[in-house]
Amino acid sequence: MKKTSKLVIALVSFLLGLLWIFPFYLILTNSFKTPKGIFASVLSLPSPATGDNYVNSFKALDFLRSLGNSLIITVVGVVLIIVFSAMAAYALQRNHSKISGGILMLFVSAMLIPFQTVMIPLTANFGRVHMLNMWGLIFMYIGFQSSLSIFLYQGTIASIPVSMDESAELEGANRLQTFFKIIFPMLTPITTTVGILNIIALWNDYLLPSLVLPQNQYTIPLQMFFFFGQYTKQWHLALAGLALSILPVIIFYAFAQRYIIKGVTDGAVK
Amino acid sequence: MKNRSLSFWLFVTPTLVALALVVFIPALMGIFYSFTNWDGLTYTTMLGFKNYITVFQDGGFLAALWFTVKFVVVTVILLNVIGLSLALLVTRKFKGNNLLRTVFFMPNLIGGLILGFIWQFIFTQVFDALGFSGWLTNQTTGFWGLVIVTLWQMSGYIMIIYIAYLQNIPTEVIEAAEIDGASPWQRFWNITFPMIAPAFTVSMFLTLSNGFKLYDPNLSLTNGGPYKSTEMLAMNIVNTAYSENDFARAEAKALVFFVIVGAISLLQVYYTRKREVDL
Repeated sequence: MKKTSKLVIALVSFLLGLLWIFPFYLILTNSFKTPKGIFASVLSLPSPATGDNYVNSFKALDFLRSLGNSLIITVVGVVLIIVFSAMAAYALQRNHSKISGGILMLFVSAMLIPFQTVMIPLTANFGRVHMLNMWGLIFMYIGFQSSLSIFLYQGTIASIPVSMDESAELEGANRLQTFFKIIFPMLTPITTTVGILNIIALWNDYLLPSLVLPQNQYTIPLQMFFFFGQYTKQWHLALAGLALSILPVIIFYAFAQRYIIKGVTDGAVK
Repeated sequence: MKNRSLSFWLFVTPTLVALALVVFIPALMGIFYSFTNWDGLTYTTMLGFKNYITVFQDGGFLAALWFTVKFVVVTVILLNVIGLSLALLVTRKFKGNNLLRTVFFMPNLIGGLILGFIWQFIFTQVFDALGFSGWLTNQTTGFWGLVIVTLWQMSGYIMIIYIAYLQNIPTEVIEAAEIDGASPWQRFWNITFPMIAPAFTVSMFLTLSNGFKLYDPNLSLTNGGPYKSTEMLAMNIVNTAYSENDFARAEAKALVFFVIVGAISLLQVYYTRKREVDL
Protein backbone atom coordinates (compact mmCIF):
# COMPACT_ATOMS: atom_id res chain seq x y z
CA MET A 1 0.00 0.00 0.00
CA LYS A 2 2.66 2.42 1.08
CA LYS A 3 4.89 1.52 -1.84
CA THR A 4 2.18 2.04 -4.45
CA SER A 5 1.18 5.43 -3.05
CA LYS A 6 4.80 6.48 -3.20
CA LEU A 7 4.95 5.37 -6.82
CA VAL A 8 1.78 7.29 -7.65
CA ILE A 9 3.20 10.45 -6.08
CA ALA A 10 6.45 10.08 -8.00
CA LEU A 11 4.56 9.48 -11.23
CA VAL A 12 2.22 12.47 -10.79
CA SER A 13 5.16 14.73 -9.93
CA PHE A 14 7.10 13.50 -12.92
CA LEU A 15 4.19 14.16 -15.29
CA LEU A 16 3.74 17.64 -13.85
CA GLY A 17 7.46 18.23 -14.34
CA LEU A 18 7.10 17.29 -18.01
CA LEU A 19 4.16 19.68 -18.34
CA TRP A 20 6.30 22.43 -16.77
CA ILE A 21 9.21 22.05 -19.20
CA PHE A 22 6.99 21.51 -22.24
CA PRO A 23 6.98 25.26 -23.15
CA PHE A 24 10.79 25.18 -23.20
CA TYR A 25 10.68 22.11 -25.45
CA LEU A 26 8.32 23.90 -27.85
CA ILE A 27 10.48 27.02 -28.03
CA LEU A 28 13.71 25.08 -28.46
CA THR A 29 12.54 22.58 -31.10
CA ASN A 30 10.68 25.15 -33.18
CA SER A 31 13.60 27.57 -33.08
CA PHE A 32 15.53 25.12 -35.29
CA LYS A 33 12.77 24.85 -37.90
CA THR A 34 12.15 26.77 -41.10
CA PRO A 35 8.92 28.83 -41.24
CA LYS A 36 7.44 26.01 -43.35
CA GLY A 37 8.55 23.44 -40.78
CA ILE A 38 6.80 25.31 -37.96
CA PHE A 39 3.65 25.58 -40.02
CA ALA A 40 3.74 21.89 -40.96
CA SER A 41 4.01 20.61 -37.39
CA VAL A 42 4.69 22.53 -34.17
CA LEU A 43 5.01 19.43 -32.02
CA SER A 44 7.52 17.39 -34.02
CA LEU A 45 11.28 17.52 -33.82
CA PRO A 46 12.87 19.75 -36.47
CA SER A 47 13.58 18.01 -39.74
CA PRO A 48 15.55 19.33 -41.41
CA ALA A 49 17.11 21.27 -38.50
CA THR A 50 18.62 24.63 -39.32
CA GLY A 51 20.80 26.96 -37.29
CA ASP A 52 20.08 29.92 -39.59
CA ASN A 53 17.43 31.32 -37.26
CA TYR A 54 20.07 31.73 -34.57
CA VAL A 55 22.59 33.37 -36.88
CA ASN A 56 19.95 35.80 -38.15
CA SER A 57 18.34 36.66 -34.84
CA PHE A 58 21.76 37.02 -33.19
CA LYS A 59 22.50 39.78 -35.71
CA ALA A 60 19.03 41.32 -35.68
CA LEU A 61 18.98 41.43 -31.89
CA ASP A 62 22.50 42.89 -31.81
CA PHE A 63 22.78 40.24 -29.12
CA LEU A 64 26.31 40.90 -27.87
CA ARG A 65 25.60 44.57 -27.31
CA SER A 66 22.34 44.03 -25.44
CA LEU A 67 23.98 41.24 -23.42
CA GLY A 68 26.83 43.62 -22.57
CA ASN A 69 24.42 46.37 -21.55
CA SER A 70 22.44 43.97 -19.37
CA LEU A 71 25.66 42.73 -17.75
CA ILE A 72 27.05 46.22 -17.03
CA ILE A 73 23.79 47.48 -15.54
CA THR A 74 23.21 44.35 -13.46
CA VAL A 75 26.78 43.92 -12.19
CA VAL A 76 27.50 47.58 -11.39
CA GLY A 77 23.99 48.10 -10.01
CA VAL A 78 24.03 45.04 -7.76
CA VAL A 79 27.55 45.72 -6.41
CA LEU A 80 26.61 49.31 -5.50
CA ILE A 81 23.29 48.23 -3.97
CA ILE A 82 25.09 45.63 -1.83
CA VAL A 83 27.85 47.96 -0.58
CA PHE A 84 25.64 50.98 0.12
CA SER A 85 22.76 48.98 1.66
CA ALA A 86 25.07 47.02 3.94
CA MET A 87 26.73 50.28 5.08
CA ALA A 88 23.39 51.96 5.74
CA ALA A 89 21.95 48.92 7.52
CA TYR A 90 25.06 48.77 9.75
CA ALA A 91 24.89 52.44 10.70
CA LEU A 92 21.13 52.27 11.30
CA GLN A 93 21.40 49.11 13.39
CA ARG A 94 24.27 50.35 15.57
CA ASN A 95 22.77 53.77 16.18
CA HIS A 96 19.76 53.84 18.48
CA SER A 97 18.80 57.51 18.11
CA LYS A 98 15.42 58.80 16.98
CA ILE A 99 16.89 60.00 13.69
CA SER A 100 18.15 56.52 12.95
CA GLY A 101 14.76 55.01 13.67
CA GLY A 102 13.06 57.63 11.50
CA ILE A 103 15.37 56.92 8.56
CA LEU A 104 14.69 53.21 8.84
CA MET A 105 10.95 53.95 8.78
CA LEU A 106 11.47 55.95 5.57
CA PHE A 107 13.16 53.00 3.89
CA VAL A 108 10.50 50.55 5.00
CA SER A 109 7.58 52.79 3.99
CA ALA A 110 9.14 53.32 0.54
CA MET A 111 8.46 49.64 -0.11
CA LEU A 112 4.73 50.39 -0.09
CA ILE A 113 4.90 52.93 -2.92
CA PRO A 114 4.21 51.30 -6.31
CA PHE A 115 6.51 52.16 -9.19
CA GLN A 116 3.74 53.77 -11.26
CA THR A 117 3.23 56.42 -8.59
CA VAL A 118 6.74 57.85 -8.93
CA MET A 119 7.46 56.90 -12.55
CA ILE A 120 6.33 60.07 -14.32
CA PRO A 121 7.94 62.79 -12.14
CA LEU A 122 11.05 60.60 -11.76
CA THR A 123 11.71 60.30 -15.49
CA ALA A 124 10.81 63.97 -16.01
CA ASN A 125 13.33 65.06 -13.36
CA PHE A 126 16.12 62.84 -14.62
CA GLY A 127 15.41 63.96 -18.18
CA ARG A 128 15.87 67.57 -17.13
CA VAL A 129 19.41 66.87 -15.87
CA HIS A 130 20.24 64.62 -18.85
CA MET A 131 20.48 61.45 -16.79
CA LEU A 132 18.18 59.25 -18.88
CA ASN A 133 20.91 56.69 -19.54
CA MET A 134 22.36 53.57 -17.90
CA TRP A 135 24.14 55.52 -15.17
CA GLY A 136 20.95 57.31 -14.24
CA LEU A 137 19.21 53.92 -14.31
CA ILE A 138 21.79 52.41 -11.93
CA PHE A 139 21.28 55.32 -9.55
CA MET A 140 17.52 54.76 -9.69
CA TYR A 141 18.02 51.09 -8.88
CA ILE A 142 19.95 52.05 -5.74
CA GLY A 143 16.94 54.12 -4.68
CA PHE A 144 14.36 51.45 -5.50
CA GLN A 145 16.21 48.37 -4.28
CA SER A 146 17.94 49.64 -1.14
CA SER A 147 14.82 49.35 1.07
CA LEU A 148 14.49 45.58 0.80
CA SER A 149 18.27 45.12 0.89
CA ILE A 150 18.70 47.22 4.06
CA PHE A 151 15.77 45.40 5.64
CA LEU A 152 17.42 42.02 4.94
CA TYR A 153 20.84 43.18 6.22
CA GLN A 154 19.37 44.65 9.43
CA GLY A 155 18.39 41.34 10.95
CA THR A 156 21.77 39.72 10.38
CA ILE A 157 23.76 42.72 11.63
CA ALA A 158 21.70 42.71 14.83
CA SER A 159 23.01 39.22 15.54
CA ILE A 160 26.67 40.37 15.42
CA PRO A 161 27.71 41.47 18.93
CA VAL A 162 28.82 45.08 19.35
CA SER A 163 31.92 43.78 21.14
CA MET A 164 33.24 42.83 17.69
CA ASP A 165 33.17 46.51 16.68
CA GLU A 166 34.68 47.61 19.98
CA SER A 167 37.63 45.24 19.90
CA ALA A 168 38.41 46.31 16.33
CA GLU A 169 38.36 49.94 17.43
CA LEU A 170 40.60 49.23 20.40
CA GLU A 171 43.13 47.97 17.91
CA GLY A 172 42.95 51.32 16.16
CA ALA A 173 40.57 50.62 13.26
CA ASN A 174 38.34 53.47 12.16
CA ARG A 175 34.64 53.01 11.34
CA LEU A 176 35.18 52.26 7.66
CA GLN A 177 37.90 49.74 8.40
CA THR A 178 35.82 48.08 11.10
CA PHE A 179 32.93 47.74 8.70
CA PHE A 180 34.77 46.54 5.62
CA LYS A 181 37.37 44.32 7.34
CA ILE A 182 35.34 42.84 10.22
CA ILE A 183 31.60 43.23 9.73
CA PHE A 184 31.08 42.99 5.97
CA PRO A 185 32.93 39.64 5.60
CA MET A 186 30.69 38.19 8.33
CA LEU A 187 27.63 39.10 6.27
CA THR A 188 28.50 36.87 3.29
CA PRO A 189 25.44 34.54 3.53
CA ILE A 190 22.96 37.43 3.57
CA THR A 191 25.02 39.29 0.93
CA THR A 192 24.51 36.27 -1.34
CA THR A 193 20.76 36.50 -0.74
CA VAL A 194 20.66 40.25 -1.35
CA GLY A 195 22.81 39.79 -4.46
CA ILE A 196 20.64 37.04 -5.96
CA LEU A 197 17.38 38.92 -5.38
CA ASN A 198 18.77 42.08 -6.95
CA ILE A 199 20.33 40.23 -9.90
CA ILE A 200 16.93 38.70 -10.72
CA ALA A 201 15.16 42.05 -10.33
CA LEU A 202 17.61 44.11 -12.40
CA TRP A 203 18.23 41.54 -15.14
CA ASN A 204 14.53 41.04 -15.90
CA ASP A 205 13.30 44.59 -15.42
CA TYR A 206 11.48 46.04 -18.39
CA LEU A 207 9.30 49.06 -17.62
CA LEU A 208 11.82 51.35 -15.91
CA PRO A 209 14.65 50.79 -18.42
CA SER A 210 12.15 51.26 -21.27
CA LEU A 211 11.47 54.77 -19.94
CA VAL A 212 15.12 55.58 -19.22
CA LEU A 213 17.52 54.00 -21.72
CA PRO A 214 18.44 55.33 -25.18
CA GLN A 215 18.37 52.69 -27.91
CA ASN A 216 22.12 52.02 -27.96
CA GLN A 217 21.96 51.06 -24.29
CA TYR A 218 19.03 48.63 -24.62
CA THR A 219 19.13 45.61 -22.33
CA ILE A 220 18.01 42.13 -23.42
CA PRO A 221 14.31 42.53 -22.48
CA LEU A 222 14.14 45.92 -24.23
CA GLN A 223 15.88 44.63 -27.33
CA MET A 224 13.53 41.63 -27.30
CA PHE A 225 10.47 43.89 -27.21
CA PHE A 226 11.85 46.01 -30.04
CA PHE A 227 12.70 42.86 -32.01
CA PHE A 228 9.17 41.48 -31.59
CA GLY A 229 7.73 44.71 -32.93
CA GLN A 230 9.93 44.47 -36.02
CA TYR A 231 9.51 40.77 -36.75
CA THR A 232 5.86 40.14 -35.97
CA LYS A 233 4.68 36.78 -37.24
CA GLN A 234 8.21 35.67 -38.13
CA TRP A 235 8.14 33.05 -35.43
CA HIS A 236 11.25 31.18 -36.60
CA LEU A 237 13.39 34.25 -35.85
CA ALA A 238 11.44 35.26 -32.77
CA LEU A 239 11.81 31.82 -31.16
CA ALA A 240 15.56 31.71 -31.73
CA GLY A 241 15.75 35.19 -30.19
CA LEU A 242 13.73 34.03 -27.19
CA ALA A 243 15.97 30.99 -26.72
CA LEU A 244 19.06 33.24 -26.88
CA SER A 245 17.61 35.63 -24.33
CA ILE A 246 16.80 32.81 -21.89
CA LEU A 247 20.23 31.19 -22.22
CA PRO A 248 22.12 33.46 -19.77
CA VAL A 249 19.42 32.86 -17.13
CA ILE A 250 19.62 29.07 -17.56
CA ILE A 251 23.43 29.17 -17.26
CA PHE A 252 23.19 31.29 -14.11
CA TYR A 253 20.59 28.92 -12.65
CA ALA A 254 22.70 25.86 -13.44
CA PHE A 255 25.68 27.25 -11.53
CA ALA A 256 24.01 29.03 -8.63
CA GLN A 257 20.85 26.96 -8.18
CA ARG A 258 21.26 26.27 -4.47
CA TYR A 259 21.99 29.90 -3.62
CA ILE A 260 19.15 31.13 -5.80
CA ILE A 261 16.53 28.97 -4.10
CA LYS A 262 17.86 29.86 -0.65
CA GLY A 263 18.04 33.56 -1.54
CA VAL A 264 14.54 33.70 -2.95
CA THR A 265 13.17 31.82 0.08
CA ASP A 266 14.89 34.18 2.53
CA GLY A 267 13.72 37.23 0.59
CA ALA A 268 10.10 36.10 0.76
CA VAL A 269 9.97 34.66 4.25
CA LYS A 270 11.95 37.25 6.24
CA MET B 1 27.98 54.81 16.81
CA LYS B 2 26.25 57.31 19.02
CA ASN B 3 28.54 60.31 19.08
CA ARG B 4 30.06 59.70 15.73
CA SER B 5 27.51 61.48 13.62
CA LEU B 6 30.03 62.05 10.83
CA SER B 7 30.53 58.35 10.17
CA PHE B 8 26.83 57.70 10.67
CA TRP B 9 25.95 60.13 7.90
CA LEU B 10 28.78 58.87 5.72
CA PHE B 11 27.29 55.37 5.87
CA VAL B 12 23.66 56.37 5.43
CA THR B 13 23.90 59.17 2.87
CA PRO B 14 24.39 57.22 -0.41
CA THR B 15 21.19 55.19 -0.09
CA LEU B 16 19.29 57.99 1.60
CA VAL B 17 20.03 60.47 -1.19
CA ALA B 18 19.08 57.86 -3.81
CA LEU B 19 15.86 57.06 -1.95
CA ALA B 20 14.94 60.74 -1.69
CA LEU B 21 15.67 61.55 -5.35
CA VAL B 22 14.15 58.37 -6.76
CA VAL B 23 11.16 57.70 -4.51
CA PHE B 24 10.14 60.44 -2.10
CA ILE B 25 10.68 63.63 -4.09
CA PRO B 26 8.97 62.20 -7.21
CA ALA B 27 6.13 60.87 -5.03
CA LEU B 28 5.56 64.28 -3.43
CA MET B 29 5.80 66.02 -6.80
CA GLY B 30 3.35 63.47 -8.16
CA ILE B 31 0.83 64.22 -5.44
CA PHE B 32 1.09 67.93 -6.20
CA TYR B 33 0.90 67.49 -9.99
CA SER B 34 -2.19 65.28 -9.70
CA PHE B 35 -4.09 68.42 -8.61
CA THR B 36 -2.91 70.44 -11.63
CA ASN B 37 -3.04 70.30 -15.42
CA TRP B 38 0.61 69.18 -15.60
CA ASP B 39 1.69 68.11 -19.11
CA GLY B 40 4.93 66.43 -18.10
CA LEU B 41 6.90 69.68 -18.19
CA THR B 42 4.85 72.52 -16.77
CA TYR B 43 1.45 73.30 -15.34
CA THR B 44 -0.67 76.42 -15.60
CA THR B 45 -3.66 75.95 -13.29
CA MET B 46 -4.68 74.13 -10.17
CA LEU B 47 -7.59 71.80 -10.82
CA GLY B 48 -8.44 70.64 -7.32
CA PHE B 49 -9.96 67.17 -7.39
CA LYS B 50 -10.96 67.35 -11.05
CA ASN B 51 -8.39 64.75 -12.17
CA TYR B 52 -9.56 62.36 -9.47
CA ILE B 53 -13.19 62.80 -10.47
CA THR B 54 -12.36 62.03 -14.10
CA VAL B 55 -10.44 58.93 -12.97
CA PHE B 56 -13.60 57.48 -11.47
CA GLN B 57 -15.59 58.44 -14.57
CA ASP B 58 -13.00 56.81 -16.83
CA GLY B 59 -14.59 53.64 -18.20
CA GLY B 60 -11.20 52.27 -19.27
CA PHE B 61 -9.76 52.65 -15.79
CA LEU B 62 -12.78 51.07 -14.11
CA ALA B 63 -12.73 48.20 -16.61
CA ALA B 64 -9.01 47.68 -15.93
CA LEU B 65 -9.68 47.76 -12.18
CA TRP B 66 -12.42 45.12 -12.47
CA PHE B 67 -10.31 42.96 -14.80
CA THR B 68 -7.38 43.21 -12.37
CA VAL B 69 -9.53 42.33 -9.34
CA LYS B 70 -10.88 39.23 -11.11
CA PHE B 71 -7.36 38.28 -12.15
CA VAL B 72 -6.04 38.70 -8.60
CA VAL B 73 -8.83 36.62 -7.03
CA VAL B 74 -8.33 33.76 -9.50
CA THR B 75 -4.52 33.76 -9.37
CA VAL B 76 -4.28 34.08 -5.57
CA ILE B 77 -6.47 30.99 -5.13
CA LEU B 78 -4.90 28.91 -7.89
CA LEU B 79 -1.30 29.86 -7.05
CA ASN B 80 -1.73 28.85 -3.44
CA VAL B 81 -3.47 25.58 -4.31
CA ILE B 82 -0.92 24.64 -6.98
CA GLY B 83 2.08 25.95 -5.02
CA LEU B 84 1.11 24.00 -1.91
CA SER B 85 0.33 20.86 -3.92
CA LEU B 86 3.71 20.98 -5.64
CA ALA B 87 5.41 21.55 -2.28
CA LEU B 88 3.62 18.53 -0.76
CA LEU B 89 4.63 16.39 -3.74
CA VAL B 90 8.32 17.27 -3.89
CA THR B 91 8.88 17.10 -0.13
CA ARG B 92 8.07 13.37 -0.32
CA LYS B 93 11.11 11.16 -0.59
CA PHE B 94 11.51 9.77 -4.10
CA LYS B 95 14.22 9.80 -6.70
CA GLY B 96 14.30 13.05 -8.65
CA ASN B 97 12.33 15.19 -6.20
CA ASN B 98 15.11 17.76 -6.10
CA LEU B 99 15.35 17.90 -9.86
CA LEU B 100 11.59 18.53 -9.99
CA ARG B 101 11.90 21.41 -7.54
CA THR B 102 14.44 22.93 -9.91
CA VAL B 103 12.10 22.44 -12.86
CA PHE B 104 9.04 23.94 -11.15
CA PHE B 105 10.98 26.97 -9.99
CA MET B 106 12.79 27.67 -13.26
CA PRO B 107 10.17 29.86 -15.03
CA ASN B 108 10.32 32.23 -12.06
CA LEU B 109 13.80 33.37 -13.05
CA ILE B 110 12.75 34.43 -16.52
CA GLY B 111 11.37 37.93 -16.81
CA GLY B 112 7.66 38.49 -17.34
CA LEU B 113 8.24 40.13 -20.71
CA ILE B 114 10.02 37.10 -22.17
CA LEU B 115 7.47 34.72 -20.59
CA GLY B 116 4.64 36.58 -22.27
CA PHE B 117 6.30 36.18 -25.67
CA ILE B 118 6.92 32.46 -25.10
CA TRP B 119 3.24 31.92 -24.33
CA GLN B 120 2.10 34.12 -27.17
CA PHE B 121 3.70 31.54 -29.44
CA ILE B 122 2.04 28.67 -27.57
CA PHE B 123 -1.43 30.22 -27.41
CA THR B 124 -1.48 31.35 -31.02
CA GLN B 125 0.66 28.86 -32.99
CA VAL B 126 0.60 25.67 -30.89
CA PHE B 127 -3.01 25.91 -29.69
CA ASP B 128 -4.06 26.66 -33.25
CA ALA B 129 -2.32 23.55 -34.53
CA LEU B 130 -4.01 21.48 -31.83
CA GLY B 131 -7.43 22.75 -32.83
CA PHE B 132 -7.95 25.36 -30.06
CA SER B 133 -7.91 28.34 -32.34
CA GLY B 134 -8.72 31.92 -31.51
CA TRP B 135 -6.81 32.23 -28.23
CA LEU B 136 -5.94 35.80 -27.19
CA THR B 137 -8.48 37.17 -29.69
CA ASN B 138 -11.12 37.90 -27.04
CA GLN B 139 -11.28 38.93 -23.41
CA THR B 140 -11.96 35.46 -21.98
CA THR B 141 -9.04 33.68 -23.62
CA GLY B 142 -6.85 36.73 -22.95
CA PHE B 143 -7.76 36.53 -19.28
CA TRP B 144 -7.05 32.81 -18.99
CA GLY B 145 -3.91 33.27 -21.04
CA LEU B 146 -2.61 35.76 -18.47
CA VAL B 147 -3.67 33.44 -15.65
CA ILE B 148 -1.80 30.49 -17.20
CA VAL B 149 1.38 32.51 -17.74
CA THR B 150 1.23 33.71 -14.13
CA LEU B 151 0.64 30.20 -12.80
CA TRP B 152 3.57 28.86 -14.80
CA GLN B 153 5.81 31.68 -13.59
CA MET B 154 4.81 31.94 -9.92
CA SER B 155 3.73 28.45 -8.78
CA GLY B 156 7.33 27.37 -8.25
CA TYR B 157 7.98 30.49 -6.20
CA ILE B 158 4.98 29.84 -3.95
CA MET B 159 6.10 26.20 -3.80
CA ILE B 160 9.49 27.05 -2.29
CA ILE B 161 7.85 29.29 0.32
CA TYR B 162 5.64 26.39 1.40
CA ILE B 163 8.62 24.03 1.33
CA ALA B 164 10.50 26.32 3.72
CA TYR B 165 7.68 26.02 6.26
CA LEU B 166 6.95 22.33 5.62
CA GLN B 167 10.55 21.51 6.46
CA ASN B 168 10.16 23.18 9.85
CA ILE B 169 7.48 20.72 10.95
CA PRO B 170 9.13 18.26 13.35
CA THR B 171 8.82 14.73 11.98
CA GLU B 172 8.10 13.39 15.49
CA VAL B 173 4.77 15.18 15.52
CA ILE B 174 3.67 13.54 12.29
CA GLU B 175 4.97 10.15 13.40
CA ALA B 176 3.18 10.41 16.74
CA ALA B 177 -0.08 11.17 14.95
CA GLU B 178 0.52 8.24 12.63
CA ILE B 179 0.99 5.92 15.61
CA ASP B 180 -2.21 7.28 17.14
CA GLY B 181 -3.96 6.16 13.99
CA ALA B 182 -4.59 9.49 12.23
CA SER B 183 -5.33 9.11 8.52
CA PRO B 184 -3.17 11.02 6.00
CA TRP B 185 -6.05 13.46 5.47
CA GLN B 186 -6.44 14.03 9.23
CA ARG B 187 -2.69 14.51 9.55
CA PHE B 188 -2.76 17.15 6.80
CA TRP B 189 -5.73 19.12 8.19
CA ASN B 190 -4.86 18.90 11.88
CA ILE B 191 -1.06 19.12 11.85
CA THR B 192 0.47 20.19 8.55
CA PHE B 193 -2.07 22.81 7.62
CA PRO B 194 -2.04 24.79 10.90
CA MET B 195 1.75 24.66 11.00
CA ILE B 196 2.17 26.14 7.54
CA ALA B 197 -0.40 28.89 8.13
CA PRO B 198 2.34 31.57 8.21
CA ALA B 199 3.42 30.44 4.73
CA PHE B 200 -0.12 31.08 3.59
CA THR B 201 0.07 34.66 4.91
CA VAL B 202 3.40 35.29 3.16
CA SER B 203 2.35 33.86 -0.17
CA MET B 204 -1.05 35.52 0.05
CA PHE B 205 0.66 38.90 0.37
CA LEU B 206 3.11 38.19 -2.46
CA THR B 207 0.46 36.90 -4.83
CA LEU B 208 -1.91 39.77 -4.03
CA SER B 209 0.55 42.59 -4.54
CA ASN B 210 2.22 40.94 -7.55
CA GLY B 211 -1.19 40.45 -9.12
CA PHE B 212 -2.19 44.07 -8.70
CA LYS B 213 1.12 45.34 -10.07
CA LEU B 214 1.35 42.94 -13.03
CA TYR B 215 2.61 44.69 -16.15
CA ASP B 216 5.26 42.86 -18.20
CA PRO B 217 3.33 39.72 -19.28
CA ASN B 218 0.29 41.91 -19.89
CA LEU B 219 2.35 43.93 -22.35
CA SER B 220 4.00 41.04 -24.17
CA LEU B 221 1.12 38.55 -24.17
CA THR B 222 -1.93 40.62 -25.12
CA ASN B 223 -0.73 44.24 -25.01
CA GLY B 224 -4.11 44.90 -23.42
CA GLY B 225 -5.96 43.79 -26.53
CA PRO B 226 -8.24 43.12 -28.22
CA TYR B 227 -9.58 46.67 -27.89
CA LYS B 228 -8.13 47.23 -24.40
CA SER B 229 -10.32 44.44 -23.04
CA THR B 230 -7.40 42.77 -21.22
CA GLU B 231 -5.75 45.97 -20.01
CA MET B 232 -4.78 45.74 -16.33
CA LEU B 233 -4.36 48.64 -13.88
CA ALA B 234 -0.60 49.13 -14.26
CA MET B 235 -0.87 49.14 -18.05
CA ASN B 236 -3.82 51.54 -17.99
CA ILE B 237 -1.70 54.02 -16.00
CA VAL B 238 1.36 53.65 -18.24
CA ASN B 239 -0.78 54.08 -21.37
CA THR B 240 -2.57 57.15 -19.99
CA ALA B 241 0.85 58.70 -19.41
CA TYR B 242 2.90 57.63 -22.39
CA SER B 243 0.33 56.94 -25.13
CA GLU B 244 -2.27 59.60 -24.35
CA ASN B 245 0.29 62.02 -22.81
CA ASP B 246 -2.25 62.85 -20.12
CA PHE B 247 0.32 63.05 -17.34
CA ALA B 248 -1.72 64.71 -14.59
CA ARG B 249 -4.58 62.25 -14.95
CA ALA B 250 -2.13 59.32 -15.11
CA GLU B 251 -0.59 60.56 -11.85
CA ALA B 252 -4.03 60.77 -10.22
CA LYS B 253 -4.69 57.19 -11.36
CA ALA B 254 -1.30 56.13 -9.98
CA LEU B 255 -2.16 57.62 -6.59
CA VAL B 256 -5.53 55.83 -6.53
CA PHE B 257 -3.53 52.69 -7.42
CA PHE B 258 -1.15 53.43 -4.52
CA VAL B 259 -4.05 53.73 -2.08
CA ILE B 260 -5.51 50.39 -3.26
CA VAL B 261 -2.17 48.52 -3.10
CA GLY B 262 -1.18 50.26 0.16
CA ALA B 263 -4.49 49.44 1.85
CA ILE B 264 -4.12 45.79 0.92
CA SER B 265 -0.52 45.69 2.21
CA LEU B 266 -1.48 47.34 5.51
CA LEU B 267 -4.46 45.03 5.99
CA GLN B 268 -2.12 42.15 5.39
CA VAL B 269 0.41 43.40 7.97
CA TYR B 270 -2.39 44.01 10.47
CA TYR B 271 -3.80 40.55 9.91
CA THR B 272 -0.36 38.91 10.30
CA ARG B 273 0.41 40.79 13.52
CA LYS B 274 -2.99 39.94 14.96
CA ARG B 275 -2.54 36.28 14.25
CA GLU B 276 0.97 36.24 15.68
CA VAL B 277 -0.49 37.63 18.89
CA ASP B 278 -3.28 35.05 18.86
CA LEU B 279 -0.73 32.26 18.65
